[in-house]
Amino acid sequence: MRTPEPDLKALMLAGLAGDAAAYRTLLESLERELAPFFRRRLAGDAAEAPDLVQETLIAIHTRRGTYDHSQPFAAWVYAIARHKLVDHFRRRGRAATIPIEDGGALFAADESAGAEARHDLENALARLPPATQSLIRDIKLRELSHAEAARSRGMSETAAKVAVHRGMKKLANMLRPQKDTPP
Amino acid sequence: MSELPRQLSAGLAAVPPFFVPRRLLLGLGGGVLVSILGVVAFLHLRPDLLDAMGTAMFWVKLAYPLSLALVAGLAAERLARPAATARDRLVWLALPFGAVALAAIVQFVTAAPHSRDAIVMGGSARVCPFLVLAASLPPLLGLIWAMRGLAPTRLRETGAVIGLAAGGVGAFAYAWHCTEWGAPFLAFWYTLGILAAAALGALLGPILLRWK
Repeated sequence: MRTPEPDLKALMLAGLAGDAAAYRTLLESLERELAPFFRRRLAGDAAEAPDLVQETLIAIHTRRGTYDHSQPFAAWVYAIARHKLVDHFRRRGRAATIPIEDGGALFAADESAGAEARHDLENALARLPPATQSLIRDIKLRELSHAEAARSRGMSETAAKVAVHRGMKKLANMLRPQKDTPP
Repeated sequence: MSELPRQLSAGLAAVPPFFVPRRLLLGLGGGVLVSILGVVAFLHLRPDLLDAMGTAMFWVKLAYPLSLALVAGLAAERLARPAATARDRLVWLALPFGAVALAAIVQFVTAAPHSRDAIVMGGSARVCPFLVLAASLPPLLGLIWAMRGLAPTRLRETGAVIGLAAGGVGAFAYAWHCTEWGAPFLAFWYTLGILAAAALGALLGPILLRWK
């Protein structure tokens, strides 16, 4: 059961007004959403995910006054989670390359909704040229840097970026939902 | 499911409206108060204060740094929120910088050659930037305190912007002591002190604004 974004925002606004019950519900949903978010991005050391979830919840709580009501709530949560993750990598001395997303991804791509989406993605990927396919797999799914992916193929970083960009555009076109199709 | 949501929501207090600007104003205001008291106590108000109030330059020397502080403060209000940008607010800095630079050029060009030294170097060029920087330290500390309770994610940029705001109000406090009247003096030496405060903020931001 997933809580859609407008509900989270409503819960947040109620929490900011002092409604403890709404606020607790909000933190519980966020805790559920954040766990897969960190697990996916931590890859090797997913065991750290629970700690990061806790730290992020605490940061969300202590800095809740900085949420601007006119902005999407998911983007605010995502920015805090991302900052925590960058900080984690920095402490580990690992170069952090985390894409700046709009926050939609935090709620759109968790594990419960994953299987169907992965199926669609695989189908769409299969229709791209093989070289582009493997580049996108390395960079977007395995989160290698453009430089790493380019080096292993003996191509320039710019060429890799252009190829990935074109491939992603095609993918986006294939995956764009038709307006009149029922969900 | 951990105990955290229950613990954090227990005894939840409402967040007052305008939480971010209020906190920033509190840090800035507290700091400025200390700076003004410091200027009055250690440097003293300029002796010709009442006469000076009749001159335009006295007010320009207050308005210029204050307008820089205003723009920087508005930018800080943005940067206090995660992943926010403040470029669209910072472009307004061009207005006070540009206006004072223009006034300085006009005054310099139209001044008699023998009086140019007085309007560029005055009698206090050597101490002015340092005293402006010193006067900006209390508001800088206040703003760092304020930001540590907010959620900036661009720490160097945020540090520079609160340094600029602190430099602006620091120069405002110092102007009550300073007797210089040249626009070139203001454009160069005041700006230098203010930018030094911004540089200090940029230096301290990544260290002191890190999230615990």
